[in-house]
Amino acid sequence: MGAPVRGHFPDREPRVRRWLGRLRLRARSLFLSARVEQELDDELRYHLDREIEEGRAAGLAPDEARITALRALGAVSQSMEECRDMRGVSFVEHRIQDLRFALRQLRKHPAFAATAVVMLALGLSANVAIFGFVDAALVRPLPYEDPARLVTAFATRPEKAPVQVRGNVSYQDLLDWREQSRSFSSIGAYDVRPGFTLMTPEGPLRVPGLSVTAGFFRTLGVTPVLGREFQRDEEGPAAPPTVMLSYATWQIRFGARPDVLGSILTLQGEPHVVIGVLPREFHFTMAQQAAFWTAIRGRQYCWEHRGCRSLETVARLAPGVSPEAAAANLTTVIRDVRGRYPDSHRDPETAKLVPLREVMLGDIRPVLLALLSGAGLLLLIACINMVSLLLARSDSRSREIGLRSALGASLTRLVAQFATEALVLVAIGSALGLVLAALGMQSLGRLLTPDMISRMPYLQGAGLNLRLLAFSGGIALVAALVLTLAPLARLSMSERLAGLREGSRGTSGTTWRRFGAYLVMAELGIALVLLVSAGLLGKSFHRLLHVDVGINAQDLTLVGVQPLAGQTSERPGVLARQVAERVASVPGVQAVGYADLIPLSGGLAPTSVFRKDGSPDEHLDDYPVRRVSAGYFAALQARLLRGREFTEEEVASSRNVVIINDTAAQRYLSGEDPIGKAIVIGAPPAREIVGVVADLKDGPLETPALPAAYLPFDQSGFALVVRVSGQDPELVPSLARAIREVRPGLLIDGQTTMAERIDQQPSASRHRSSAWLAGGFAAVAFVLSVVGLYGVVAYSVGQRSREIAVRMALGAQRRSVYRLVLGEAARLVGAGTALGIVCSLAAAHLMRRLLFGVQSGDAATLAGAAAVLVVSALLASYVPARRAASVDPIEALRAE
Amino acid sequence: MSKPTDLVQGTLDLLILKIVALEPMHGWAIARRIRQMSDDVLRVGQSALYPALHKLEQQGWIEAEWKVSENNRRAKYYSLTRAGRHALAKEAEQWERLSAAISLIVSRA
Repeated sequence: MGAPVRGHFPDREPRVRRWLGRLRLRARSLFLSARVEQELDDELRYHLDREIEEGRAAGLAPDEARITALRALGAVSQSMEECRDMRGVSFVEHRIQDLRFALRQLRKHPAFAATAVVMLALGLSANVAIFGFVDAALVRPLPYEDPARLVTAFATRPEKAPVQVRGNVSYQDLLDWREQSRSFSSIGAYDVRPGFTLMTPEGPLRVPGLSVTAGFFRTLGVTPVLGREFQRDEEGPAAPPTVMLSYATWQIRFGARPDVLGSILTLQGEPHVVIGVLPREFHFTMAQQAAFWTAIRGRQYCWEHRGCRSLETVARLAPGVSPEAAAANLTTVIRDVRGRYPDSHRDPETAKLVPLREVMLGDIRPVLLALLSGAGLLLLIACINMVSLLLARSDSRSREIGLRSALGASLTRLVAQFATEALVLVAIGSALGLVLAALGMQSLGRLLTPDMISRMPYLQGAGLNLRLLAFSGGIALVAALVLTLAPLARLSMSERLAGLREGSRGTSGTTWRRFGAYLVMAELGIALVLLVSAGLLGKSFHRLLHVDVGINAQDLTLVGVQPLAGQTSERPGVLARQVAERVASVPGVQAVGYADLIPLSGGLAPTSVFRKDGSPDEHLDDYPVRRVSAGYFAALQARLLRGREFTEEEVASSRNVVIINDTAAQRYLSGEDPIGKAIVIGAPPAREIVGVVADLKDGPLETPALPAAYLPFDQSGFALVVRVSGQDPELVPSLARAIREVRPGLLIDGQTTMAERIDQQPSASRHRSSAWLAGGFAAVAFVLSVVGLYGVVAYSVGQRSREIAVRMALGAQRRSVYRLVLGEAARLVGAGTALGIVCSLAAAHLMRRLLFGVQSGDAATLAGAAAVLVVSALLASYVPARRAASVDPIEALRAE
Repeated sequence: MSKPTDLVQGTLDLLILKIVALEPMHGWAIARRIRQMSDDVLRVGQSALYPALHKLEQQGWIEAEWKVSENNRRAKYYSLTRAGRHALAKEAEQWERLSAAISLIVSRA
């Protein structure tokens, strides 16, 4: 029958009237529902009465007539329901009814409601909070124009040691690159040594800052809000000094004055003219929140020598040029430069491009993704628990549901009811979860050290935004779907009816018990994965903090000292010696040494080429070089393996001597006695090795020891390492006083202890925060899964109380009841733990990059986590087992 | 039709429209009239009748009014609207075509 039966409207006028009529009817049904219901009742009653009348007229007895009429009438309530459906408003009405019903249900079962809501809120908030940081770091674009086209370009030897990710470029090479490369629309660069000394009315101040080339900001696509950026003629030692301000500096230091352009600032002892102000949203990760930006003017040496690779590039790919093509093009340029300047480019190098985003994000990406996965697992556990709860409840509701379907509730209506209940739960849970997430992000924000913020300024932007709301909306939707479908799967049509049958309570639970058991196994498995991961991360963190740094960090105070321009008229190094001598005389000071860069300075720069003397062609590698005083290693309490430290005389006269570390000795002079041998560090002449020191941590904590060389100190700026006796709070100020006594106005650039420095290492902070977060997730997951197990066992015991009572009535001992219940729990726990161990191994393998000093298959961690889980799970099942065993068989059987 | 109450889907609407076209009528009277007019072949139970009536009212093809019935009680009387009259004409035409087509096949086969 293809012909449509209705849907044709003769003309417009009745159509409008019909719509008005329909609207009136709907409004009536909606707002005068009591009256409409009454009318429906009257109408059907009238029908019934007429049927009875007719029956009597046909000669039936009154009772008989009535029964006949009723039989003919069929299911009154069902046809009334259909009449309501036909009126159409029932949709809205039903939803309101469902909502009321759902709220009433939740009020009637506050424990259930609260548990479900709290679980969802926990799972959701953990995810949203972590996603907030993922969003800030990985999703949100960098504050530059078309950031996807920005790369860092550098020359590298393919076989170069992996620790030095980015090589640098010299200024003269950069000029050639700019000139000859056709694949970039522009190339800018910045000096890898950030920070300036600013002269203020209160005295000299160390300020964060960066030197950049002309075109640096144009490359990024950043336009100053005020003034202009650097031009080519502002680069170079002879150029007039100019400075640009960060937005915050302009606001705070200059009160956002529009006439700030043209003001004069004294930076690095030289007057600089302010020429521009950067936009508010601008940040550059490598600049540690630079307040001042100057044009590269360079040290004279670096300006001319291609060997001084002090710049890092930021380049924008030309339109239509792929990164591969650009790298190939730049490689030709690099080869050409090497051909012309073989002295400063000994090794063949190729160009390498790394997306700027990757350079800026560094190693935070795997951490965030691992944490997000952890939060996801937590959500999974929360959802499983909610499903278990709903299942258990729908089981006890099966009578109610059977009754309702017998009274005419259709399947759709029941689905709608479940969906409404799920939505109410999810809505409350999500609202609570969002609040928790906002609080969580705040406290996570506090977990970031100032150092981390300066290295990852984008993380400050983490907060609730539309993407986050959409993300939590998605989670809520999935949760609502799962929670609607779970009880439905449980209640097939036949079971809805079975629910009405007398005594059916005992049998209907078997299927669900099996399903619930699977859920709990999965839950225990996931919890174990989180426990193991947290354990591994915690262990990594512990290992990292206790890594052998090669020195005694106890009671070691560090003081950075920067002379101002004009204060170092004498030979470099003289000032440092004078300061060290004065500090050594301060009471409480046991030993003093100084170096250009102290251990754990973060970066590896400056590096130099090591070569064995007499083998000029045998190139070795770029490795850290430090310039140190006499007595430096003694002050650090580093272990001298062979030879001796520098003498005061060697340092004062910059003798060609060198101390190398153990790794360098083994790599370059294995099997020989290094003392007295010659080695070339950087440029000739060769230096005589006078000592071998046990490896110190020069770079980040987690990097393996590299070959390192220590040369006699000959710099102007330096850091003092002062070994003090005990914790005297008065000591630090007296150190500062002593330093200023030598030369008033010396800039004291940061003062800390070695222990603090180790604790605040970026890698330590990162390990600490991930260990804490993963630990938090694991703790919550652990509690949730144990509670889930308890729920399943308790439910199962409740279901089988009759069986247990019968067994006991027939003479079963309490012990066998324990065995029955605990045996079931043990099977669940055993299976869940086995599953968890397999998954943990896989998960640990995935996160092996985040680990330090721990194998991903660390047996102790695995066994410890499994033991904790098994013991607590069995304890949780003991409670219901005890309850089952203490059941009075008579009571239990009578209650049925 | 094997069972007298089975109605071809959609035809109940047509029957109701046809019957209330004659005069305003309440549900019970409509059911009785359908039975009478079909020589006791078609019996419409209230479980089908009232939902259909409410749906037609909702569609605006019939309208309802509470009136005093022939046995002196209040009853809900349904009458055809203008739109309902048009719909009736269309549906009747559809039905003619359809039943003619069916009987054509049945008688020829």
